Amino acid sequence: MEFISSLWYAIPEVLRTVIVILLQIVAVVIPLILTVAYTTYAERKVIGFMQGRMGPNRVGPRGLLQPFADTVKLLLKEVIIPTKSDRYLFLLAPILALAPAFSAWVVIPFSENMVLADINAGLLFILALSSLGVYGIIIAGWASNSKYSMLSAMRIGAQMVSYEIAMGFALGGVLIASNSLNLNDIVHAQSGSIFSWFAWPLFGLFIVYFISGVAETNRAPFDVAEGESEIVAGFHVEYSGIAFALFFLAEYANMIMISALTSIMFLGGWLSPFQGLDFLINIPVIGLFFGNGIHWLALKIAFFLLLYLWFRATFPRYRYDQIMRLGWKVLIPVTFVWIFFEIIAVALGWQPWL
Amino acid sequence: MFEQILFYWFTAVLLLAAIGVVVVRNPVYSALSLILAFFTMTALWLLMEAEFLAIALILVYVGAVMVLFLFIIMMLDLKIVEREGFIRYLPIGLGVAGMVALEMIMVLQRSNFDSERYLAAESPADFNNAEALGELLYTHYLYPFEIAAVVLLVAVIAAILLTLRKRVATDQPAKTQDIEQQVRVKREDRVRLVKMKSE
Repeated sequence: MEFISSLWYAIPEVLRTVIVILLQIVAVVIPLILTVAYTTYAERKVIGFMQGRMGPNRVGPRGLLQPFADTVKLLLKEVIIPTKSDRYLFLLAPILALAPAFSAWVVIPFSENMVLADINAGLLFILALSSLGVYGIIIAGWASNSKYSMLSAMRIGAQMVSYEIAMGFALGGVLIASNSLNLNDIVHAQSGSIFSWFAWPLFGLFIVYFISGVAETNRAPFDVAEGESEIVAGFHVEYSGIAFALFFLAEYANMIMISALTSIMFLGGWLSPFQGLDFLINIPVIGLFFGNGIHWLALKIAFFLLLYLWFRATFPRYRYDQIMRLGWKVLIPVTFVWIFFEIIAVALGWQPWL
Repeated sequence: MFEQILFYWFTAVLLLAAIGVVVVRNPVYSALSLILAFFTMTALWLLMEAEFLAIALILVYVGAVMVLFLFIIMMLDLKIVEREGFIRYLPIGLGVAGMVALEMIMVLQRSNFDSERYLAAESPADFNNAEALGELLYTHYLYPFEIAAVVLLVAVIAAILLTLRKRVATDQPAKTQDIEQQVRVKREDRVRLVKMKSE
């Protein structure tokens, strides 16, 4: 032990900082990747259940090893680079899609003190990073040099830029209610009981935020970008093997991200819904479950992910002009009106949630 | 020490990216270099503890403006243009560059931009950039801020009005889909059941 610690302090300080930061990143990214893997499994199982099928059930007990089989398959497949494509951008695009999806996780508070970077402008940071995600897709669409990819890139670009506005306004409402841009402070502002969660006073914004979140991640029913019946598979038609897998990884990481953000900003993040009911929390052992903690955040994220899958199994795909109409003419006005009344309530000092 | 390494790294990348914007032949590449330049610029601002401005730069320029830029460049029929007329445009280019350099020197020499004036502002650890900026914007600079907002609103309305076109031939509004009407359609409007004998 002594030897290790002396070895540790023998490393120059700059390197030590770098090593600690790298280890922290690994500690967040590896569980995230595992969650993504099992989200794909859950997706196939849940949709299978909804459609009266079995879902994957061959690899491992109940098909539980299916995600690993998929990963190995994708890793071993050849990455085909189309001759007429723009080589460098073609290979850069998946990375550009993945990097913002992963890096946004640094500001997510998993529990009371479990956050990598507790920065003041956490909310803005997340908005900024989620607006960067569109580059990977646009560049992929262009670099593939395929008409289908290009059309999809156009669709997705317009869709993401439009829904970002509604999303930003919904976040503005949270900002007004919590008086802070720091995600941990936002969670703290909702403490008290289940009725202090922002989902109640900001119900409209909550719905708008989640709908725009679904649109931002290009999931059904907003998945015109990969509308199979029209443009084959959208921006990733030309991608194969691990390059394709990276897009998939980014999409699912973004889904989990949106679920996490919705839970943090509207459903109290790691706060327990039984908060304030001390007789439950004071029970030994079981009380740990009823108390605040990371497991509540995980449960809330799981709930929103289930909603994602449920939407996919339920709703038919929107037409492109309907998507635009919903974003600009329905969601944005709703946020305007809601924020307007929220501002009045705050100005009058009428804040039932504080 | 660590910060210095970061500073030099980001500055080097920023300069290379900025040069790339003008030098690279493919317009898409030069737009991407511009994005890289913006991005490294925000990193520099973050090092200077101006986190709100930095993130706003990413949000507005990288997240929205450059996306539209890239969009338009990609939609154009791109031909990688061979550089021509370098000598012909050289005098004008040099003139503009000289002018910009001169203006920058003049501005920086004014006492307002004296770097020492700003060095003194050592902020405490819990200083909240966004809060300070908001307070200034909504108290001291309230009127300029509101006027800017109104100007932007007018611009938005003007931009929308420009897209409302009439068809020249018939002088009727352009064909659009009325989605409310489409959604309200009932079965009876579209389906007609016909009773007939089998043939």
